[in-house]
Amino acid sequence: MKEDDKDLPQENSSRRNFLRLGLLAGGAAAVTGLSMSALAKEDDAPTGEKVKVLTTDGKLVEVDSAHLKESPGCGKHAHSGKQIREGIPNRKFAMVVDLSRCKNALKCQDSCNKNHYITGDNAWLKVYNMQEEKDTAPYWMPMMCQHCDEPACVTVCPVDATFKRKDGIVLIDNERCIGCRFCMAACPYGTRVFNWSEPKQEFEMAVEDVKANYTPEHAGMPSQMGTVDKCDFCPHMIDMGEMPHCVSACPNDVFLFGDIYEDTVTNGSGQSFRLSKLLEDKAGYRLLEELGTKPSVYYLPPVNRTDAYEDGLENYDEFKSVHKPE
Amino acid sequence: MAKYQNLIEELAPRKFSRLGVVWTIALIVITMIGAAAYIDQVIKGQVVTNMRDYVLWGVYISNFVFFVAISFVGSLTAAVLRLTNSSWRTPLVRIAEIIAFAAITMAGITIILDMGRPDRLYNLFIHARLQSPITWDVIIITTYLVISALILYIPLLPDLALLKKHYQDKPKLSRIYAWFAINWNGSPAQKALQSKSIQMVAILIIPVALILQTVDAWLFSTTYRIGWDSTNFGPYFIAGAFVVGIGGLIAVTYVLRKVYSLENFITDMHFDRLGKILVFACLIYLYFNINEYLLPAFTAPKAEQAHLEEMFTGHYAPLFWFVTIGGLIVPIIVLLFKKGRKPVPMFIIAVLVVVTSWWKRYIIVVPALLHPFLPIQGVPESWHSYFPSLHEWAIVSGTLAMALLIITILVRYVPIIPIQRTMEEQGLTEANENDKKS
Repeated sequence: MKEDDKDLPQENSSRRNFLRLGLLAGGAAAVTGLSMSALAKEDDAPTGEKVKVLTTDGKLVEVDSAHLKESPGCGKHAHSGKQIREGIPNRKFAMVVDLSRCKNALKCQDSCNKNHYITGDNAWLKVYNMQEEKDTAPYWMPMMCQHCDEPACVTVCPVDATFKRKDGIVLIDNERCIGCRFCMAACPYGTRVFNWSEPKQEFEMAVEDVKANYTPEHAGMPSQMGTVDKCDFCPHMIDMGEMPHCVSACPNDVFLFGDIYEDTVTNGSGQSFRLSKLLEDKAGYRLLEELGTKPSVYYLPPVNRTDAYEDGLENYDEFKSVHKPE
Repeated sequence: MAKYQNLIEELAPRKFSRLGVVWTIALIVITMIGAAAYIDQVIKGQVVTNMRDYVLWGVYISNFVFFVAISFVGSLTAAVLRLTNSSWRTPLVRIAEIIAFAAITMAGITIILDMGRPDRLYNLFIHARLQSPITWDVIIITTYLVISALILYIPLLPDLALLKKHYQDKPKLSRIYAWFAINWNGSPAQKALQSKSIQMVAILIIPVALILQTVDAWLFSTTYRIGWDSTNFGPYFIAGAFVVGIGGLIAVTYVLRKVYSLENFITDMHFDRLGKILVFACLIYLYFNINEYLLPAFTAPKAEQAHLEEMFTGHYAPLFWFVTIGGLIVPIIVLLFKKGRKPVPMFIIAVLVVVTSWWKRYIIVVPALLHPFLPIQGVPESWHSYFPSLHEWAIVSGTLAMALLIITILVRYVPIIPIQRTMEEQGLTEANENDKKS
């Protein structure tokens, strides 16, 4: 371990910094190396404004903001139809859910429901009221698509409607899905939901435009009757350099999102952590590891909790996860 | 003394009696109700069913598995009896082949009823991925459908030619038979070709039928679900299909024998032998049931224990014991006795076997979905259980009625007992009939 990375998170690192850092992923290694000149020979004149970036080997360095370059595949308009199935190059997204901080505030769910226009009766992100045994402590467990590296759902899909990208995100092409629900039967985490009827969604823009601009990268825009939906890890937000909705909505920093290759995850407050160290220090684990699905979502056990379990009971509704206008 | 003519008269398809007409109309009406319910489902979505995100497959899938299962022995028996040259088979094979053809046709249709987007059916072909068990199913069902049609059709050729002649006074009907008979004239060359073709199809259908049942089982056992994730599932499904296939064959044979007074052709001996086959099938199936339910009870981890308790003593216990005792234990006991293998008790047992087999598929499909690894939370209370809705019952009844309708129509226009073969067995040919005349 290097001297300068042991006291992560840095006080000054704002979310913006992290995200730039993400954009720089490709170039960061070069920055620490000898090839500074390779960057500098670009036509941008130095602005004098310094930006902190984290390199792939965990070093924090400062570079001139003019030298920040987006790596290919990032950015709003970088995706052609083909790349939607390929994913963002050289990225491998991961999420960490810190169970010690969750008190079932459900802001994650509200934000997810709202931003994915969920109108069914089964949210894509649910906070489970968990208790393994009578004599063990209960806890709250946010649960969403685990974006497995060996996704059972993708294996069984007969038409390649659900697919895993190189960046680890599992998506659904709702324009190809035939609604056989085999993926739902195959998923051991039960996070997939079906549009049993015509979704009654309301959008800011005209429905025709929403339909015309459909992309698997923003699930729920729109949802289609007779097809399967689920958490999409918000590639539409990643593309804009933002966090998934649940991460930024959580008031307790339960969620951390980041990149396995960069070995960095960042919470909603903008604090960054080394993923491997976090998992090691806090004994992180994955759900149903024994099945071999290799989820991209890690959980930190509910120890040394910031809030009492009972505080979450107020928000708990066993039979409801989507609140609709009456 | 035109024995030859008598036999044709006796075995040629006959017009329905009034009862037959009422039966046919009833089947058409039930099928139409099912079709109407299905159209409604397509418009409103599968919200009209009681399936939801946890019980994501319901009675459509269990009904599909039932059709696949019953299609099995129809043709496998036929093929095995043909290949072993068991002469007592003659009056039974065609009935078996008709059942198989009707069932596999309906299996193909019922699986579409379960699709959320039937309008995208073509995706199964243009975007097919070979690693999905559904793709295997699409391939094997279509293959089996074609082979079942062939094993029904090829042996039928001489009879179609006979009927073309027989109905000469009805030119329209005669022409239809002529069209299907594709110029069959019974020449040695044609006969050689025919018997070679039958031999080939009869051999081919055995592995295809076994694969069909196995792939059907793999639809379930390729998932992580408790209650489905079982290495026992392939042979378990094959054995179950053997039972329901023979059961269906006995039931239909009994009804046809009664309606068409075929007691001279389908004798008590036939029932006795079918009874022995059925008891044999039930014993094999019992063995796989013990493997599937009893053995895991010893070492079942917690979740599987809960699933088994649900079956043995819980919510599904009445149904579980009904299908186990009614569909296995009772048939085994009754059919072990010679008196139990008489036509009437055999018919009752066969109907019981078919009914319990239908529910057996239901109990394989539904309860496993109610025990996910993670708790069921955050969904309406009604999602915690499942029983088919009116729409589902209407559609499923429609498919069952349509299967019976296909059988009925085939029985109406196709000789259920092969005429030509029976003649040969009785030493009658048109030629020596003509000799006698001259």
